[in-house]
Amino acid sequence: MIRTHALTKDFVVSRTRTVHAVRGISLDVEPGELVAVLGPNGAGKTTTLRMLTTLIPPTSGTAEVAGYDVVTHPDRVRAAIGYVGQGGAGGAAQLVRDELVTQGEIYGLGRRTARGRAGELLEALDLTEQADRKVESLSGGQKRRLDVAVGLVHQPSLLFLDEPSTGLDPHNRANLWEHILRMRSAAAEPMTIVLTTHYLDEADTFAERVIVVDHGQVIADDTADALKAELAGDLVTLRVAPQHAAELAAVAERAPGTRSVRVTTDRAEGTVEIRIADGPGATPGLLRAADAAGLPVSRVDVTRPTLDDVFLGLTGRSLRENAVDPSQADPSQADPVETSTDRTSDKKEVPA
Amino acid sequence: MSAATLTPGTTDRPSARALPRRSFLRDTRIVLVRELRPVARDPFSLLFGLVQPLVFLGLFGPLLAGSAGGALGGDVWLWFVPAVLAMTTLFGTSVTGSNLQLDLSSGVHERMLVTPLSRPAQLVGRALKEMVPIVAQSTVVLLVMLPFGLRPDPLGAALTLLQLAVLGIGVGSLSYALALAVRKQEWMFWVVQQTVLFPVMLLSGMLLPLENGPAWMRAVSAVNPLRYVVDSGRASFAGDLASSTVAWGWVAALATAVLGLVVGVRAMVRSAD
Repeated sequence: MIRTHALTKDFVVSRTRTVHAVRGISLDVEPGELVAVLGPNGAGKTTTLRMLTTLIPPTSGTAEVAGYDVVTHPDRVRAAIGYVGQGGAGGAAQLVRDELVTQGEIYGLGRRTARGRAGELLEALDLTEQADRKVESLSGGQKRRLDVAVGLVHQPSLLFLDEPSTGLDPHNRANLWEHILRMRSAAAEPMTIVLTTHYLDEADTFAERVIVVDHGQVIADDTADALKAELAGDLVTLRVAPQHAAELAAVAERAPGTRSVRVTTDRAEGTVEIRIADGPGATPGLLRAADAAGLPVSRVDVTRPTLDDVFLGLTGRSLRENAVDPSQADPSQADPVETSTDRTSDKKEVPA
Repeated sequence: MSAATLTPGTTDRPSARALPRRSFLRDTRIVLVRELRPVARDPFSLLFGLVQPLVFLGLFGPLLAGSAGGALGGDVWLWFVPAVLAMTTLFGTSVTGSNLQLDLSSGVHERMLVTPLSRPAQLVGRALKEMVPIVAQSTVVLLVMLPFGLRPDPLGAALTLLQLAVLGIGVGSLSYALALAVRKQEWMFWVVQQTVLFPVMLLSGMLLPLENGPAWMRAVSAVNPLRYVVDSGRASFAGDLASSTVAWGWVAALATAVLGLVVGVRAMVRSAD
């Protein structure tokens, strides 16, 4: 469905400065996949999406989307894909239904067919009551559902969602996803979805595959579970009396699968944090070893890693530090990666 | 929560393989109809564009008549009303780029660019829409002025409206082109628009006759298309339809339209990055 090879995009900012937003991305997305592209602002997610949706031409490399090259056959690509951008798709003074009918006509539907399709989408996305209202009167969640409806008018086999739920509260985010997934399962053909997000839980919960992008390159690409198991490991936290903490840490170091151990103690309690491949499986063994060594454990926590732990493991930086940055107002300028020498100056370094 | 009724076959699925029939005219119509919908639903919004020409007619007209040494009457109106119509056209269409600015800052323009909709059609459809407010507002001005003694040649008045509509396509296109050109510094739109608007207006002889101005002003006004359109409107209102003045008015209006469309389409085609 998507095949890119060594895709790059440079933005010439001035005569002396070029921003290398995307630096050689090769991807292969199969039909029917739901892929999340995850990365901090400035990683190149949006720029990549803008190349795949024919909005901007690549500087070098090739991209084939829905079977067509984005440079030589942009019209074929445009006819095949649906796109929900970061901004709202509906004109403020337009009526909700009119925007859907217009979109249908744009994709070649006759007026009557377009009206029928608009009615279906209004119902499917719970917008029937808002159908004859102006777009500007909709709530944030309703507007976003309209954006998704606009992107789905022509029943595309490939849908791009660029930060679909940014700015929505948790309730509206869940609601939006419920609709997206239902539309996907109701589609006649398997629908491929590619989304960018900086909500870690969103990628974690909904995506079948996570592609982590940083500094314009893919740094990891697998299922969320595999990434977590491979790159982060579970966190087992044991609490003991403070005088036993060091001894317990030594026991944990010897346990199979342990990657790292960290000890903190205060007057009341000692805490031993163990990064380990299979936390739930390893914990009984850890406890038995602690008992055998005469170190009574008072409390156990097993935490599965988050995608943030994965990102931290890969880059030494936390995704959350960069996660919410509403200053990226201009989508064409979004996601720049500076390659001048001060590249890290605008990135917050998180001490490991 | 309603169940999705998306059974295959209820709608024609435009196949990803076969491109739907595309024609430039159909695309232009889609854009034009979409742009006209808010106007058609709320025609009274056009009245806002009438405040300023009516102020000029009510407050500048008497001054003009006084300085010309006469009273307000048929002749002064035949000279001044065509100019006010040109002014309405100029003011209304030169700000229309701000509508596109709204679509640029929201995701509407981007949404259109990702569809197979022809990019030139996205400019031409918007530009053609400009004709509607021009004709509607000009008609209202003419009707309002009839009781005050305006008696234009009917055919001349109708042809003037048409000429202004053609001019408006050009000025509107240039306004859209400006909005696209400065899309990364939006405030520049108003700086440029205001900087260009008033010289073009004053150098058209719209408010006061250029014949009394210095030679350099007359020389500069010779390259101002609006001057020819204003002169043409005055000749037409007076019934002098076969004059070369009217012919030059058409040349200027059509040239502005062609220039505007060429510049606008080029800007639109390059508007993605």
